[in-house]
Amino acid sequence: MTVDVDGAATTTAPLEPIQLLTPEGERIEHPDYPLDLDAESIRGMYRDLVLVRRIDTEAIALQRQGELGIWASLLGQEAAQIGSGRALGPNDMAFPTYREHGVAWCRGIDPVQLLGLFRGVSHGGWNPEEHKFHLYTIVIGAQTLHATGYAMGVQRDGADEAVIAYFGDGASSQGDVNEAFVWASVFNAPVVFFCQNNQWAISEPNERQTRVPLYQRAYGFGFPGLRVDGNDVLACYAVTKKAMQAAREGQGPTLIEAFTYRMGAHTTTDDPTRYRVAADLEAWKLKDPIERVRAYLVRSAQAEPEFFAEVEAEAEAVGASVREACRTMPDPPPMDIFKNVYDQPNQILEAEREQFAAYLDSFADAEGGAR
Amino acid sequence: MTTLTLSKALNEGLRKALEDDPKVLIMGEDVGKLGGVFRVTDGLQKDFGEHRVVDTPLAESGIIGTAIGLALRGYRPVCEIQFDGFVYPAYDQIVSQLAKMRYRSLGKVSLPVTVRIPCGGGIGAVEHHSESPEALFTHIAGLRVVACANASDAYTMIQQSISCDDPVIFFEPKRRYWDKGEVDTTAGGLAGAQPLDEARVAVEGSDVTLLAYGPMTRTAVEAALAAREGGRSVEVIDLRTLSPLDIDTITASVRKTGRCVVAHEASVFGGLGAEIAARVTEQCFYHLEAPVLRVGGFATPYPPSRLEEHYLPDLDRVLDAVDRTFGY
Repeated sequence: MTVDVDGAATTTAPLEPIQLLTPEGERIEHPDYPLDLDAESIRGMYRDLVLVRRIDTEAIALQRQGELGIWASLLGQEAAQIGSGRALGPNDMAFPTYREHGVAWCRGIDPVQLLGLFRGVSHGGWNPEEHKFHLYTIVIGAQTLHATGYAMGVQRDGADEAVIAYFGDGASSQGDVNEAFVWASVFNAPVVFFCQNNQWAISEPNERQTRVPLYQRAYGFGFPGLRVDGNDVLACYAVTKKAMQAAREGQGPTLIEAFTYRMGAHTTTDDPTRYRVAADLEAWKLKDPIERVRAYLVRSAQAEPEFFAEVEAEAEAVGASVREACRTMPDPPPMDIFKNVYDQPNQILEAEREQFAAYLDSFADAEGGAR
Repeated sequence: MTTLTLSKALNEGLRKALEDDPKVLIMGEDVGKLGGVFRVTDGLQKDFGEHRVVDTPLAESGIIGTAIGLALRGYRPVCEIQFDGFVYPAYDQIVSQLAKMRYRSLGKVSLPVTVRIPCGGGIGAVEHHSESPEALFTHIAGLRVVACANASDAYTMIQQSISCDDPVIFFEPKRRYWDKGEVDTTAGGLAGAQPLDEARVAVEGSDVTLLAYGPMTRTAVEAALAAREGGRSVEVIDLRTLSPLDIDTITASVRKTGRCVVAHEASVFGGLGAEIAARVTEQCFYHLEAPVLRVGGFATPYPPSRLEEHYLPDLDRVLDAVDRTFGY
């Protein structure tokens, strides 16, 4: 990439994704992304990857058993999420879609809260500022504007912080995402756009969203874009770290395209066999984001067999605990419907609330109270 | 008391809000150097800087979406949508994000965003510049929707909206921007102002209740004065708040008069008048001498401006509706 006198990026980065760890677990160097992580950090990432996959697997099972209404699996995207999530500073703010379970994990969100959303007991409910992790956004791409506005606030506050906006390849077609690119660019907002290109927007392939590699779109908006191997946790970590630092230093936005693959269905209601071939999945299985880290840790003697056994045991425990918490999660009381609509009560809503309470109370004798 | 146009009263109210709270921001298309196409933000960028009065790129969804982000960061953005008919690109952000964030977060997040929209017709404009989309917003839980009708309310209601912790859709009566009125710009004026969630009895009367808001309030008051000459006592209520609706003030008046007419520029079908008519019927059934009547725009798109005088309910059409309630 080169930069012109006005600071706008003018040429594109290479098509070949940035990679620091091959699918075979071989560590390779990249001149722009020197990375010196100690063994403990890499083992920590491995643990994260395994645990979030385990939570995901558990959630799919819970949906199949009727405990969740739906689940949006992150299978295959663990490295993109853990790598970028672990690259964030404690005060950096993240704006997720509804599939960022791995980033949520990095930000300290209890997985049970995510399950609560998909079970239907809440629409989210965590405090975004407490975790520096915004609520899940279901409308595609809408959160990229929130992230950009938030970054404009960071800019006004003169804070040493940056913001990251997650979205997918399908969202790249949305007006909001393109407007976010314009805003971030002209205001030089400290925001990183992290696009997990998992190749599929439900049934629609990349070719239906774009004729150019997605990261190259950034140049038309006047900021740099790059493509990273989205199944390489180390590369995702390194590029995110660098882009967030650039944003903090006033260099404006970066678009990161994490090239990955949605190994599962769009959600538990989807059937990918209707629109894609099994051979693709088999090819991507060879690039699995977890196996390569394991291979690297073994090959470089940075982890003993005991470590892998411990992580496996922990995954079992986390799975069991998530499962138990989900199955025993109570429904909210009916009158909660009326809470948190406005800051203050109002005539119209109060009247409906009272009427419904009286209606429920009319069943008190028959059923021992419905409220 | 100072005499100000409604537009200038808004300007003074915005200025006061910017002075009182460093977190208040103004953002929109042409709101900076130009001062807005109606000059409502005139001079504010010069005095408060480009970081607080922000000329944005030309994209309405972007204006609201980034305002949401700024509000999440602790700011109080006041967004200008240049004309009513241009709010639709922002509708998704308003409905799906702005209105619902408090609910989604179980009350942990507030979005104190004010969205100013000049509304209504009567200025001879081209298509998309004369619409009354308020019912599209009153239908959305989580939004507060208000409409000012005079300079005094413009000054206080804009400040109350900005300090409100809920998102507020703030409708400004475009063809009344140049109407002058007395405004109390002292600190006591704002402190003693009527709360944002209350309707106001603009003219007291005993024979029929006439409900209006925004640009139609002046028409309704003029209709009441004309009716008085004919010996009919019309009580005019300026709704001010469209959501939540101050239904208690409305029903108290209808119980007194026994008749009710609702006037708005928006199409009658599915409009705010329908909700009011239903509620008045439910709550004042035994007091009504006649069905609640509605007078407003037709079930057509807003017509070319050479026809708008026929589309907009004027004094005669309002009086006609008032007369008809005495025909039962």
